Amino acid sequence: MDVEIWARIQFAFTIAFHYIYPPLSIGLGLCMVFMEGLYLKTGNKVYHNMTRFFTRIFGLIFGIGVATGIVMEFEFGTNWATYSKFVGDVFGSALAAEGIFAFALESGFLGVLLFGWNRVSPKVHFFSTIMVTLGSMFSAIWIVVANSWQQTPAGYHIVGEGLKTRAEIVDFWAMVFNPSSVTRVMHVWIGSFLAGSLFVMSIAAWYLIKKKHIDFAQRAFKIGLMVALISSYTQLFYGSKSADIVEKYQPAKLAAMEGHYDTLSKAHMYLVGWVNKTKETTTGIYIPGGLSFMIHQDFNTPVRGLKSFPAEDRPTSPNIVFQSYHIMIIIGMLLIGLTTLAAFLLWKKKLFEKKWLMIVFVWAVALPQIANQTGWYTAETGRQPWVVYGLLRTSHALSQSVTKNQVIFSLVLFTAVYVLLFILFIYLLNKKILHGPEGEGESVHNPRQQEMTEVFSEHKEETGLQKNKDEEIEREID
Amino acid sequence: MATFLGLEYSTWWFLVIGAVFTGYAILDGFDLGAGAVHLFFNKEESRRIALNAIGPVWDGNEVWLVIGGGALFAGFPAVYAAIFSAFYIPFILFLVALIFRAISIEFRSKEPMLWWRKMWDISYTVSSIILSLSLGLILGNVLIGLPLDAEGNYKGTTMDFLNPYSIMVSVTTLALFMMHGAIYLVMKTERRLYAKLTIIVKNTTIFFVISMLMLSFYTLLYVPHLSIRIKENPWLFVLPIIMVLSLANVTRRITQRRYRRAFLSSSFSISLLLILVAIELYPSLVVSTLNPAWSMTVKNASASEKSLGIMLIVAAIGVPLVGIYTSFVFWTFKGKVKLDETSY
Repeated sequence: MDVEIWARIQFAFTIAFHYIYPPLSIGLGLCMVFMEGLYLKTGNKVYHNMTRFFTRIFGLIFGIGVATGIVMEFEFGTNWATYSKFVGDVFGSALAAEGIFAFALESGFLGVLLFGWNRVSPKVHFFSTIMVTLGSMFSAIWIVVANSWQQTPAGYHIVGEGLKTRAEIVDFWAMVFNPSSVTRVMHVWIGSFLAGSLFVMSIAAWYLIKKKHIDFAQRAFKIGLMVALISSYTQLFYGSKSADIVEKYQPAKLAAMEGHYDTLSKAHMYLVGWVNKTKETTTGIYIPGGLSFMIHQDFNTPVRGLKSFPAEDRPTSPNIVFQSYHIMIIIGMLLIGLTTLAAFLLWKKKLFEKKWLMIVFVWAVALPQIANQTGWYTAETGRQPWVVYGLLRTSHALSQSVTKNQVIFSLVLFTAVYVLLFILFIYLLNKKILHGPEGEGESVHNPRQQEMTEVFSEHKEETGLQKNKDEEIEREID
Repeated sequence: MATFLGLEYSTWWFLVIGAVFTGYAILDGFDLGAGAVHLFFNKEESRRIALNAIGPVWDGNEVWLVIGGGALFAGFPAVYAAIFSAFYIPFILFLVALIFRAISIEFRSKEPMLWWRKMWDISYTVSSIILSLSLGLILGNVLIGLPLDAEGNYKGTTMDFLNPYSIMVSVTTLALFMMHGAIYLVMKTERRLYAKLTIIVKNTTIFFVISMLMLSFYTLLYVPHLSIRIKENPWLFVLPIIMVLSLANVTRRITQRRYRRAFLSSSFSISLLLILVAIELYPSLVVSTLNPAWSMTVKNASASEKSLGIMLIVAAIGVPLVGIYTSFVFWTFKGKVKLDETSY
């Protein structure tokens, strides 16, 4: 295997691992905004404990998300230097905007969210929670804008040639609002809301099964369910809109997603199947003409198939594209079914009696995670062999000076570190859940009084009282 | 290229990147330094206080690195590509240390066992030291220049990074951060720990002054291209003088126990150091040691005028905002550290 494959494996592995965490922080952040909002509105202590309980978990998730995220930013430069030079002019502004508008916002207010309970008033704390959530959502905007530009480039022109070829920005807003960015940002946001809300529901459902913290768990479950129900239906809309955009701008990707080879015939929609790349066939259970109907609202209109593209422009692994796309769709449907059922039972006041459903929800935390992952596999493997669609091939994007051994070395190192990180994450998460929301202290929301004491102690210091005391202690130590 | 207030966009962007990295050195410098001296504290409570002194702000400080990296990517894509692919192994180790540092801070307090806490304390200090050293190593190599070909591809080997000059810059950076971090901790602590820290501050200041002196002599004798501009413009010599005075002021303020002013002084010294670096490097960002004509400068390595213009607007809106909420966070957590149940 050559450098390209290793560098791709490394990027895929590090980004897939990273992507466990940001959607969780976005979705959990949103749920926390509702929890703390309810606390401010009702004054009910249970919402206070709930917010604090999830804040602790949020800190854990956020920490790993940041650490693994910086790896991504650096990896562009280390492994994909030619790509960086090519896209830098366009992409750099999105990345810089992410850092300055989004990342700084969330990391700045994170300190107040985690440690400010006794330092600021409840309203200021609530404001910080909102800022952290908004910051993480803005982060998603810029990153998805940058990625969407790679899928559907706009607002640029090409200058230079050979290794010096690069895309230069012509119209910033055309770059930001390229054909796929808005839909994909929404798609990613909603995917994140699902990840966060099912995470909350999973923990709550587990408490309900164990008959612990009942009041807390029921209320948390309802908040999660509300977010998940709305999200799963809106995702249906943005998901299909996303597919329409793929059909229009990346027809080869769509053909791979549906395993559609022959242009001449009507296009089927597979429910499950297997794509054979060498024989150029797809076998499985399908709705005859389903894809034609989805795209053209007519069962017999042909859809452009993979065979109509030159072999070197087709997605390199159509079966991966096909399978991940279908897993994502199936999970999307499952989530709609599950949340609808739960909402119906809640309305009938029978939800929390159904133990089997609670068991399902404990495990359902994995569903949005898998769907988010496979969704990105579809988007990224479907874009191959291009790294910037139609402009730059992945094989031309590598760093010229980086050797295979360097890439393998770093891949092994990252794998070892990430495995360790994941084990520790699960262990600590489990511990926090076992510990439960009880035993959260009262928040002392009287910052002004505290400030007065501080001013007083500073005053003492100025007058030298403190100074003498410190000198005494120092003498003792010496 | 279009100009703003008489300076070309690319020069403005050079200044912006310089300012962001200066902010990074001042802010993350103190928490890296605090990490580097962490094992000098013996008691569990002291270690907790030291950790919570940086607790609410270290994440925000690290963001400056992300912004700096993004700004370099955006403003000078060719330089970003050249430096990151050249320093492959150092950057990978840097990233691993960064991950370990983040999780040490986060995980340490999650278990009460002594071995658990000790393990993360060691990991915290070691990773903080590695990060400071590798930042210095990268800076040192950028200062003396890299073997880059006409396309900006690195032509040296991994071991070339460990040259004497870069190692000296590396050690000096560590010393600087340790001093800076110790002063910050003095500001945030009281009583015994405070007293102990005043001693650490003295020792780290001595460490820094010695390594800085050695580095300065070495630079003057063996790396002449780093003092050309000052030789040609003698009035610039006022900058190193101010820097020495500002350093002297650090020690003065410490003996006066005006630690807040000592901290401002050491932050000011860091800025001056980086301003000197910028003055000597400009207009180059990375000098090619193979052929001076292949050096990457603000002229030949910058992004397009359009892109730089957009990003200057982004920076003009964004930087004051970041300033406002950074100040808000620091203000919220001002004063001595008080442990409560939300602490690490």
